[in-house]
Amino acid sequence: MNAVAGVSLKLEPGRVLGLVGESGCGKSLTAQSILRLGEYQGVEKSSGDIRLDDKSLFEISDKALRTVRGGRIAMVFQEPMTALNPVFSIGSQIAEVISLHLNLDRQQACQRASDLLRDVGMQDAEQILKQYPDALSGGMRQRVLIAMAMAADPDYIIADEPTTALDVSVQKRIISLLLDLQKKRNLGLLLVTHDFGLVAEMCDDVAVMYAGQIVESGPVMDIFNRPAHPYTKALMGCRPEVSTAGKALPVISGQVPPPGHWPAGCHFAQRCPLAKDNCSAPVAADAWQDGEHISRCLHVGESV
Amino acid sequence: MSMLKVNGLNKAFSAGGMFKAIGKDKRAVIDTSFDLMAGETLAIVGESGSGKSTTARLAMRLLPSDSGSISWAGEDVTTLSGRGLRNLRSHIQMVFQDPYASLNPRMKIWESVAEGLRVHRPDLSKQQRREKVAETLQQCGLDDSGMDRYPHQFSGGQRQRIGIARALIVEPKVLVLDEPVSALDVSVQAQVLNLLKDIQQSRNLAYLFISHDLSVVSHIADRVSVMFAGRVVEQGRAADIFENPAHPYTRALLDARPISHPNERGKSEPVLAIGEGMSDSGCAYQPRCPFKKDSCADFDGALNAQGCACLYPLPHQQ
Repeated sequence: MNAVAGVSLKLEPGRVLGLVGESGCGKSLTAQSILRLGEYQGVEKSSGDIRLDDKSLFEISDKALRTVRGGRIAMVFQEPMTALNPVFSIGSQIAEVISLHLNLDRQQACQRASDLLRDVGMQDAEQILKQYPDALSGGMRQRVLIAMAMAADPDYIIADEPTTALDVSVQKRIISLLLDLQKKRNLGLLLVTHDFGLVAEMCDDVAVMYAGQIVESGPVMDIFNRPAHPYTKALMGCRPEVSTAGKALPVISGQVPPPGHWPAGCHFAQRCPLAKDNCSAPVAADAWQDGEHISRCLHVGESV
Repeated sequence: MSMLKVNGLNKAFSAGGMFKAIGKDKRAVIDTSFDLMAGETLAIVGESGSGKSTTARLAMRLLPSDSGSISWAGEDVTTLSGRGLRNLRSHIQMVFQDPYASLNPRMKIWESVAEGLRVHRPDLSKQQRREKVAETLQQCGLDDSGMDRYPHQFSGGQRQRIGIARALIVEPKVLVLDEPVSALDVSVQAQVLNLLKDIQQSRNLAYLFISHDLSVVSHIADRVSVMFAGRVVEQGRAADIFENPAHPYTRALLDARPISHPNERGKSEPVLAIGEGMSDSGCAYQPRCPFKKDSCADFDGALNAQGCACLYPLPHQQ
């Protein structure tokens, strides 16, 4: 079964790319595949390539791949409650990452671990290093996970829904922490999210996914000012924050087709108000183009 | 007309079992009052652990309160039991957050939805129950062909519709909705919010809507109660609270909302919390409050005439 089809992304140092979509669209799978995660769980590449500095991640040795994971490209996961091991102290979990990637002795590693915790805004770092995950709140755990991701000074970070499990006020602080670190260290950040608010807040570029495909991508201002794909338009329109209180929210009729039941042509055609006969044949990713803003749609700009 | 009125509710949870000796009581809900009118939506907002779900459970008599009173349509129901309490339950029904966890995976959809009827309408035959289920499912936007299927055959949005149908089947006057859309995708969330609005109008239902999502609340609520550390810190008409928050915590919550367009970046200086945690004495918000003064340490936390529990409420903006 194909879960993701023909997805191309380019992540550059110093830029934040948002990968947006609803559950089941394949955004997390795409993000994890970048590090070739999930291959023991049966995720298999049927075609395509992943290149880091022009080198294919499919051609390098397993050992080299391990230095890429966490060393060059690090990951921050969604669930701060389950991403930390409950039976090891915070210090030993951060030190593990450091000892895997950096050639430091025990004391230097401890020093680096507490520096990292200070970088993510935890002042009593020495105290926290000795604690176990259950003693920390959700926001603090997420800071620890960000510190772990930064441990080996990576060039790229993949953050999969990093704030979804947190309260709004905590979310705001984690966002500014991530943006701060990203700017200071000139990181390339891939932000996987379902939340257009986060995209508005953080991203330079956006790619919108629907049913395993990227349907639209481009600079963030273009996407918000002139969304091209009917799905992007509809998805942005049904947010309660842009609606009038008391009025019915606009909705997208029908349901997302599950993997294995995708139509041969445009995946959105069955739900699309603009669909015509030519939508039943496959549509190119850049069927519509305006500078860097591209859309997988043959009828951009047409009205119903 | 007042449907559900609670006055001065208190609830503390004690550390039980082997930790009882060293444990401290946790005061989950303190002096909480609200009055829910027929046909309106009252939202309770606040961060996790603020006591919003506990308040709803107390009001529904799912949990016993330590003190305070609850009245239903003018009648005191604080100590109701047996048949009277069962009767009350047919008027107040609940919709839960997680549509995956709240349906029994081994029961067919129609059996799950009909459960309330078996208790509250024992006079109906099986055939009559099935008809009523089909009719209620249709009102919730599901066709009756799914009645004999199991929960795993439905999507999250469909399951939430089933959850709503299950609450509606006994024809309640009040629905308590505990984060009913926070597990759903935005496009599905919009459908479910529209459905809730339609049902409310056609049945003149009152909603007690518990949520942490202020965008959803501003869309659906008529009135809002903001809870912090077990207390209501501000309450009033939704439009007033969203435009002119008086309590620093309300303001911080509103300012923490994600922006809706990238051109709003850096436009306003948010009034965010300056610290973490909460205080056990005086105003609970002290450790986070950027405007705190010495007298806040002695504040009793009562709401003022404007519905704000703060000695130094924020000035009214135009």
